[in-house]
Amino acid sequence: MTHMPINTRRGFLGLMAAGTCLAVTPARAMTADTATAAIQRAVDEVFAIINSGAAPAQMYQQFEGVFARHADVAAIARSALGPAAREVDQATFAQFRTAMSGYISRKYGKRFREFIGSRIEVGGARQVKSFWSVGSTAYLNGRSPMQVEWHVSDKTGQPRFFNLIIEGVNMLASEREEIRAMLARRKGDVRAVIADLQHAG
Amino acid sequence: MRLAGAILLVSLAGCASAPPGEIADPYEPMNRQVHAFNKSLDANLLRPVARMARLGDGAKAPAEPWTKPYPQGPGAIGIVGNFGSNLSLPGKVVNSLLQGRPQPAWQNTARFLVNSTLGLAGVFDPAGEEFALTEVDTDFGETLHVWGVPSGAYLELPVLGPSTERDLAGKIVDFVLIDPLDNVLTDEQKLAGTAARVVSKAGERAQFGSTVDSVLHDSADSYAQTRLLYTQHRRYELKQEEDVIDPYAD
Repeated sequence: MTHMPINTRRGFLGLMAAGTCLAVTPARAMTADTATAAIQRAVDEVFAIINSGAAPAQMYQQFEGVFARHADVAAIARSALGPAAREVDQATFAQFRTAMSGYISRKYGKRFREFIGSRIEVGGARQVKSFWSVGSTAYLNGRSPMQVEWHVSDKTGQPRFFNLIIEGVNMLASEREEIRAMLARRKGDVRAVIADLQHAG
Repeated sequence: MRLAGAILLVSLAGCASAPPGEIADPYEPMNRQVHAFNKSLDANLLRPVARMARLGDGAKAPAEPWTKPYPQGPGAIGIVGNFGSNLSLPGKVVNSLLQGRPQPAWQNTARFLVNSTLGLAGVFDPAGEEFALTEVDTDFGETLHVWGVPSGAYLELPVLGPSTERDLAGKIVDFVLIDPLDNVLTDEQKLAGTAARVVSKAGERAQFGSTVDSVLHDSADSYAQTRLLYTQHRRYELKQEEDVIDPYAD
């Protein structure tokens, strides 16, 4: 991460504290509590943006910031690109990753109106394979509550989410399928798909 | 009906199997044609009707389609939907009993009794609002699953949308055999019930509008997305194990 917006004094102090923690205990394993706390922070930030009443285009940019701070964007992009991720050079992958981040922020950000006046309650976490799954319940207006699972890993050194499971529907699997279809349409040309992604979502 | 019977037999006799994590889709070319039909049906009929329903349902006409959150309360569509889904409860009770699950059978029975009386023939939902008796959704497809029948090949049905061989067989049995109200209701009442279910379908289209738009009209391969979403959600409903993606293990 080369660029990290530090908007507030608190954010800066938090960053210092996080850095100190990392320096003292470099390989401390994530616990259920730290995984849950990370998701709670991400959810709080998303609702702060939604309730700010900013213009949609501005919101998408802010969502992208939340995504950059709390998600493992590289892992998501690598997984979504599938086998092609191993064939492209680093510079192309970095472009794909940036395009993917904007595309996801727009695609899911567009749905923010469904969340106005609603809430997400973050619950407990359980360990799955090499990561943690944090449970939550989304209470949306006029709908039955939905179960949303957040898959969180600390492979980057910080707890970051890389997948969302909404009532059994796996977002990463869905994006894999989408990118596979976009690649097929472009006959496997990753650069063309990058260009398409910049306009998609 | 004979075709349906044949499909039922095929489904129950030898279901297509797929490697774990993959969806058996031997009928993909046919399914894709049906999908194209369903998609144009949605674009030309359901989407415009749903949009009107949402506007007529208490929300003021917004300048652009998604500037307002969804209206609160049941509204006209919600009321018709309540009526239709109340009539579907006895069938669900029978299915829960066939699955050996008395708890949901009891819950749906109590819900049906409360809403048919206090809820004025199911128009309102006091059972859910006052007594926490929410609907437990089930169907004969789930009953077949409980009995050990595998899902079989993926199918996209005209109008009805994504399904599998097993779930299609389930739909037919639910429709033709299982509904205990068949013997009680008059033809007009049954027609009203069916009409109510169609209207509530339009209500669902309005409520899940942006999800449907995103999947059906914004994705690169809407057929593949629909297939994936249906399969995953169905497995979740049936409490089957989900595939886990671990990008750090690759």
